[in-house]
Parts: sequence; structure tokens; C-alpha cells
Amino acid sequence: MAHHSISRRTLLGGTAVLGLSALSARGALAAGPMTVGVIYVGPKDDYGYNQAHAKGAAALKGLPGIEVVEEENVRETTDVQKTMESMINMDGASLILPTSFGYFDPHVLIEAKKNPKVQFRHCGGLWTEANPKNAGSYFGYIAQGQYLNGIVAAHATKSKKLGFVAAKPIPQVLNNINGFLMGARSVDPAITCQVIFTGEWSLAVKEAEATNALIDGGADVITCHVDSPKVTVETAARRGAFVCGYHADQSALAKDKYLTGAEWDWAPIYKGFVTGMQAGKAPPNFLRGGLADGFVKMSAYGPAVSEAARRNADAVKAEMMKGGFAIIRGPLKDNKGNEIAAAGKGLPENAPELESTGYLVEGVRGSA
Amino acid sequence: MSGLDLPGDLGLWSVLLAVIGGAIRVSTPFLFVSLGETITERSGRINLGLEGTLVFGAMSAYATAVLTGSAWAGVAVAGLAGGLFGLLHGWICRLPRVNDVALGIALMLFGSGLAFFFGKAFIQPSAPQLPAIPFGNWSDLAQVRAALQINVLFLIGAALSVFLWWALRNTRIGLVVRIVGDSTDAARAMGYDVDRVRLLATGAGGVLAGIGGAYLSLYYPGSWNEGISSGQGLMAVALVVFARWNPLACFGAALLFGGAGALGPALQSVGVSQGYYLFYAAPYVLTLGVLIATSSPNHALAGAPGELGQAK
Amino acid sequence: MVADTATTDAASADSAVAAPRAPAGLQLRAWAARRAEAAVIPLGALALGLGLFSLFLASLGKSPAAFLDLVYRGGFGSSFALQNSLQRAAPLLFAALCVALPARLGLVVIGGEGAIVLGGLAAAAVATPLSGAPGGLGIALMALAALLTGALWLGAVGALRAWRGVNETIASLLMSYIAIALANHLIEGWLRDPASLNKPSTRTLDEAFRVGPLPGLEVHWGLAVGLVACLLAWVLTERTTLGFAARIAGGNVRAAQIQGLPVGRLITGFTALGGALAALAGFFEVAAVHGNANGSLVAGYGYTGILIAFLARQNPLAIPPVAFLLGGIEASSGLIQRRLHVPDATILVLEGLLFLLVLMGETLYGRFKVFSPHLWGDKQAAAGLKPSGAPAP
Repeated sequence: MAHHSISRRTLLGGTAVLGLSALSARGALAAGPMTVGVIYVGPKDDYGYNQAHAKGAAALKGLPGIEVVEEENVRETTDVQKTMESMINMDGASLILPTSFGYFDPHVLIEAKKNPKVQFRHCGGLWTEANPKNAGSYFGYIAQGQYLNGIVAAHATKSKKLGFVAAKPIPQVLNNINGFLMGARSVDPAITCQVIFTGEWSLAVKEAEATNALIDGGADVITCHVDSPKVTVETAARRGAFVCGYHADQSALAKDKYLTGAEWDWAPIYKGFVTGMQAGKAPPNFLRGGLADGFVKMSAYGPAVSEAARRNADAVKAEMMKGGFAIIRGPLKDNKGNEIAAAGKGLPENAPELESTGYLVEGVRGSA
Repeated sequence: MSGLDLPGDLGLWSVLLAVIGGAIRVSTPFLFVSLGETITERSGRINLGLEGTLVFGAMSAYATAVLTGSAWAGVAVAGLAGGLFGLLHGWICRLPRVNDVALGIALMLFGSGLAFFFGKAFIQPSAPQLPAIPFGNWSDLAQVRAALQINVLFLIGAALSVFLWWALRNTRIGLVVRIVGDSTDAARAMGYDVDRVRLLATGAGGVLAGIGGAYLSLYYPGSWNEGISSGQGLMAVALVVFARWNPLACFGAALLFGGAGALGPALQSVGVSQGYYLFYAAPYVLTLGVLIATSSPNHALAGAPGELGQAK
Repeated sequence: MVADTATTDAASADSAVAAPRAPAGLQLRAWAARRAEAAVIPLGALALGLGLFSLFLASLGKSPAAFLDLVYRGGFGSSFALQNSLQRAAPLLFAALCVALPARLGLVVIGGEGAIVLGGLAAAAVATPLSGAPGGLGIALMALAALLTGALWLGAVGALRAWRGVNETIASLLMSYIAIALANHLIEGWLRDPASLNKPSTRTLDEAFRVGPLPGLEVHWGLAVGLVACLLAWVLTERTTLGFAARIAGGNVRAAQIQGLPVGRLITGFTALGGALAALAGFFEVAAVHGNANGSLVAGYGYTGILIAFLARQNPLAIPPVAFLLGGIEASSGLIQRRLHVPDATILVLEGLLFLLVLMGETLYGRFKVFSPHLWGDKQAAAGLKPSGAPAP
């Protein structure tokens, strides 16, 4: 894979100007061989966020005419701009997938303007009509997965207390926390969830301390939203708590303490991008999807999941597969007592309001 | 009563308990690195590179435990690898005009780089963990039992700090290390091979830092990844100054640092959820505060080995 | 922790004093010989490092030739590669000066990261109320806010050292962690732009407050300002009485005090200046790169700066080439990762190895007769440079 394009690389030489003209001559959207550049903010085998993307990228590698170039541990500074340019100028990439939130503004926007023939699709960023047309964003309604996690957790908990290790109180994290508790409360409204923010996306010791603090506080089912759930999952399982996974399948880390998990499934999405481009069609600028659309999937149930829990979760999952499932359903208040949704109202998965969630629902201990 | 519905019952006591538990859980790597660095600095050299040694120790311990199935073999390999890094530092510093601080920074990079490079294959597998001794079985509170799950390495570290404190004062080896650290000329005049003593002292420091790394990957947090240390080794080296080159004080400093680190999560779990970044900074603020309070322009450098150049 | 730079400084100070006594032509040749030595030894170490690393790669079944080619093409071989390297070097210039200036006084300050982050935050914070002001004024006030913040932050470390005897190494490290916590707290709290949803940030700057690229380049103005700062720092330390006083105080505090030098104020001033310069790196990150302050300001430049300063032997004029070299290696890192299919950590191993060897090369200074100023006619300078004159620590 590394060798057949050397002549092209040599031709491209290296200067930005030359690279660009060569690209425009070739036409980024033309059929035939294409190179996809994937950029990760951390190590791509982190049992988490980056690994989920790397798995998606790996699925592209077998496709005919597709070359994948990857870089891991790329900082959210001018570093990522240079990485994108290098992938474009030196590898001839015509589709760039910068996968970390912090890559979008300003880095992806700058490069999209600079390289109008190249397509940029960013995970998580909120692309708007005002942004360049060759950029875009994709993301999944993974809170659905956390809702199902919550249902299974509700059947497993004895203390009626769940624990959530979270990085930062941003909308995507808050939606997951809310989803987890709402799922649990759909089984037993008496359940509460304690959340601890670590403040960083990846900080092993703090994540372990947060997990211990949650369990010391009585929580007996733990889940998380940090870049790599490995430490949280292992620490919780060692303390004897049940675990719901996140980002990727962590069942191997927690053995029979692993209940289920909310996983990304980027392979079909990425395949769709490249087959579309090979057929001359740019990927969509704004792409969202959930369980029904194949963006999100659930880990296989662990041995500790009861028959009743499986039936309950499977039934709700079937409901979600129909589309339009509302996790946030009235009457509902946030944990400060403000009304979020009146009786009869709900926010379906694709409600734009969910992109700017700034609250935690009633029953969550912690503040947004 | 089982400990399942306790946060309400324990209230703020649970914070104190978490701080004690956190001190025991988190302090061990700080303790080992700072004890190691104390030995090195007492001999008159600074090895700022123990962060790299710590990370390499964590990786090599984890890899060994995965491959052999024995966590203790991991500890042994980590100590050995750490010792090699220490000897490398000590050996290069023997060369005239090589700056020990700069070399330490280069070794920090080199050690972390090697650890990340060879560690890629071990991020995914699970390794057997070091055992802990349950000292809390007398209690029927789950939190107390959890906090008093004490790892053997912590106990070894505690014993080691007492031993080193004693040995530096009362043994011949301790005396030689101190003489070499206080005055090269005096040590030479007394017939000691200064470079050799420093080489061995730096090697010993590396062994301890490597073992500290093994604790990180094989007990707490008990996992190998590239962010496992995130600067703990550098901080531990700095704590040596804070502890005034006294092994007993290193133990205190490590406990203080570990305990303060547990404050942030514990406070959130009892409902103090605003300003967690500031609570997470508690170990640093506390250390700085104590440092300022205990320093004084007149006897600021009590305990500093003369050859570290502190007196300049 | 005091570096032994003081000994080498003292030696070069001697030679600087002694040199003017030699006739001008000979003096120039001796100067050239010394400079040649300072170039040949590190370059030799680099070559050796690349050779050893090639063996390492060959043992892994990777082609060393391909590797060297990629280092060249990724870091130096084209206009894009060069600009990539320069771009990466820009913040490192400031970060290294933050270490090198206090080092003149024998101080080891390792907390530049905190000053960078707070400097960037201060710049972003004053930009919000200034919104609508003329661009030049806004940029000037942002830079000023950064400079003052950095100066106060690390100046405090210097003052604590000078008047309370607090060790500056540990204090600056602790202050750095505290600064980052404070910055995160403010970025996600009071200073947060409510519109910054999934990437908490301060309000985005007015377009007029943005600092652009250098004419004809894609590298921002931070590079030019950084180079000027290195030059000025060299003038300060080598050509002014203040710099001379600092070196004396770095060599021997007691002697400096006996001579009536204001050691406390020198220490505070130099650390404050270092902090101010580091903060300028933060200012450029905000004004030229991000357009606001956010968590990405914590990028580790401060720590890389320590390494650069030590490799440059705390000489401000040696900082730019070292920073450029490091920038070039990092710029080629991605290409190497992609083409050779090796982990990203490969470049860390390479950097560590190169720096180990360059530092080991220090021991060779004065060992080669061909570089001896004596050979080229400068007896006094030769005496000052004799390795035996500087006993190993």
C-alpha cells in the first residue's frame, strides 16, 4: 500500500502550490483511486474514542482504490493544520477526517478555505451554512446508547445509585449523562446518578480517583464519557461495581462485570463517504444518525444482564430503530428545578436543541 | 449496615475518608521517585529525567506482567530498567562539562519515547495486578474497607523511607553519599571515588523510580497507556526540594500530595460541584503554600547537598 | 537547583574580557575557530544520532534511507516543509528564552507553560471589552496584557526566590499547574463564550485584532518577534551592564552582594522578563492561531522550551537554530508516521537520542586541537577555554 503511489508523491514534490494544481487537475471528486487522511488526537488504540475512529478507518483499507493515511497524537494547534496540509500536499489526500472536537474551529475551517478541492468531514463539529461547502460535520446520537445502558444498569443496581465519570460539561457529555439516567429512570424512577467531572479528556489517575469516589459514594454501576474508558472500566470492575462501556467494546477489560456498552460504528459511515466520492458525489455537509442509521451500536450483553433486563432493553431498542425516539420527554425538570419539557412535549433524537444542552436532568447529582 | 447507601450518612466524613484512601492509593509513585531522587541528589547530582524512568518502568512492568503472567516479575524488570536509565545518566554525567539537569531533560524525552514506542503493543492486553492487603476488614463500612486496601509497594515504600532516613545518618554508605554530595574536594581528599558513588546513587535512584512506575501500571490506576503518568515523575523530583532531601519528609510530602489530589473527586461526590478545576489544583496550591511558609531567606537551604550548587 | 552553566559562563566571561588584548586579525581567527567548534561538534553529534537511529530502524525492518529522506522532505526539503518547521519553532523561541534568561543568574525555571497559558488567556480576556477598538490598539493592548501577566506570574517566582529563599524550580512548576487550572476554570466559567458549545472557549477576537502571517509566508508574526526577542535577549545578557551583573550574581551571589549588586531585583527582573516573553507565545497562539483562548493553549511548548534552552547552552542566539531543528524534526514526524508505518513515539525516541548525543558532545569542547584559539593566535582566550579550568560537577 505504501509503494504504489510513490511516483505520484514525487511528482507532487511538496510545495503547496504545486500540490494544489496537481489536485485540481486530477479532480478531487473524480472516480478512481483516492487517499483518505484520518487524524486522531490521541493514540488510536485507546479502547475509546480514537480507537472507534481507527476501526472505521481500518474498514476502508480493504476497499479497492482506497489508500488510508493516519496520524495519531496530533495536537489541536497549528500542528493539525500542518498535518492536514501535509496529507493533502504530500499524500494527495482528497478526503480528510479530523476526528477531534477541537480540530474544527479554526483549523478545519482554515484548511477547507485553503484547499477548496479537498473534502473535510469533521466529527462532532457543528457545521453551518456559513462554513465552507467542502467542509462538513458528522456525529451520532450516542445518547441513545447511554439510554439503553441506563436501562440495563437499572436492572443491575442494588443501591439505586449510578455513577458517571465525565470529562467536561459540554452538550455532548451532558446528553449522555441525561440519557443514562433517563434510561435508568424509565425502569425505576427512584434511581439517581452521581457525576464527577475530571476536567480533562484523558487523565488516568484522576479518572481512577473519580471512579473510586463514585463507588465510595454508593454507586454500583459505573459508566463514563472520557476519551479512553479503560481506566474507569478496570477500576470499577476491580472494586466490584458493574460497568457500562462507552465509545468502544470494553468487555474484555471488565469480564463478567461488563453489562453492555454504547459504541460508535464509523465503518459504514466512512465507507459511505468514500464510495460516494468515488462515484463523484461529495459527502453530506451535515450528517447525524443514531442506532437506526447504524452510527451507534450496543456491545453484546454481559453474563450479569438478567433476562428481564435484556427484554426491556431490546424492546426500547426496537422502538429507537423506528426513529424519532425522545429521551427528553415531558414533564421533566432539570436538577435545579427548572422545567425542560412540559407534559406531552419531547425532544426527538434529531432535535437541534440537543446540540446545545446546558442542563442535567432531575436525579443527576452534579452541576452542568 | 452494608455500605451501599452511605454518602448521606457519612457526609463530610466521606471526604476525609477519601482523602486518606487517596493518599494511600496515589502517593506510592511520588514516594518511590522522590526517595530515589533523594539518594541521587544527596550524592550531588540532579536527575530530572525520572519522569521518563517512571513511564518506562510502568511500560516495562506491564509488558513483563502480560508476557510472564507475573506482576512481581514486572516489578523486577521495571526496577532493572530504571536502574539502567539511572546508570546511563550517571555514566554520561561523569564526562566533563556535561550538564546533569539538561541531560535529565533529554532522558525524560528518551525514556518516554522508548516507553511509548515499545508500549504500543501493550495498551490493549490486560496484565495481572499486584496484590493488596485488606487492612480494613474490621470495619463494616465498604468505604473504609476500600480505603484500607493497601498495596505491598506502599508498605515497602514507607519502610524504605524510614530505612533511608536512618541509613543516610548512621551507615558508612550513607555517610559516603553525603560527603560526596556535600563536597567533591573533601570526598576526594578522603580517598572516595566521587564519580563512582554518584554513578551508583543515580542508578539506585533509577531503580526506585522504575518500581514507582510498576505501581502505576500494575496497581493504581493499574493500566498501561501513554497518559499514565502525566508528569508525576517531574513533580516527584520537585517534591525532593520540598522535602529538604529528607526521606521521612518525602513520605509526608507524597502523602500530602496524594491526599490533596483526592479532594477534587471526593468533594464532587458530596455535592460541591462548582470550581472543580480549582479543587484539582489543591495539591499544587497546598505544596506551594507550605513551601513558602517553611522557606526563609536565612536558612532556606537547610539539608541541601552542597554540590547541588544550592548555596550559590 | 542551579545548573553548572555558571562555570562555563565564568569561563567565557574570562575570555570575553581577555580577548580584546589580542591583535584584531588573530582575534577574529580565534573567534572563528571557536564558532566552528560550536557548530561542528553538535552537527557531528546529530549525524551520529541519525546514524544510530538508522540502525534502530533497520533492526525493525524499516529503511533508514527512506527515513532520512522523509526527515529532509518533511522538515526542510521544500517551501511547505520549511514553513512547517518555522511555524513550529515560533512559540518555542519564547518558551526557551523564558528558561535562558533566568539561567544567566543560575536559576532553573521550568514553569514557562503556565506563563504561556495565562498570557494567552489575558490577551483574550482584554480583547472582549476592547471589541470595536482600532486593530492596532487592540493588538497592542492584548500583547501588553499578556506581557504583564507573564511578568507578574514568573516575577513572583523570582521574588519568592530572592526574598524568601523559595526554590524557583519547584515553585515555577507548581505555579504552572496552578496557572493551567486557573485558565481552565476561567475558560469554562466567567470568560466562556456561551456560543462555544463542545469546545469551551473565550469569545472570538474581532477580525481586526488578529495577527496575520509574515509577508509572503504562512508563518505568523510570532516568528519574527521571537527572533528579535532572541537578539535583544542576547544584547541584554552579553552587551549590557545589567547582563554582566546578572552573570556575576549567577556565578557567586555573595560576591555580587559585596560588590553592591541588587541581586534580589536582578533575580525578580530576569524571571519576570522570561515570564513576559513566554506569555507572548500565548498571545500569538491566541491572536494568530486560535482566535480565542481555549484548552488547546496547553500544548506543552513550555516544556519543549526547557530542552531547547539547555541545548542552546542558555545562549539566546543559539536558541533559533535549535528551535528550528526541533521544529523540523516535529514537522517531519507526521510524514514518517504515515510513510514508514511506525508509531508517533518514534520521533520522541529520535529526539531523545539526538539530545543525549548533543549533550554528550559538550564534553568534546576543547578536545580538538584544530579548534583551539591558541592555534589561531589567541593565547588568553585559549586559557579561558581549557577544559581543565572547569572541573566537572
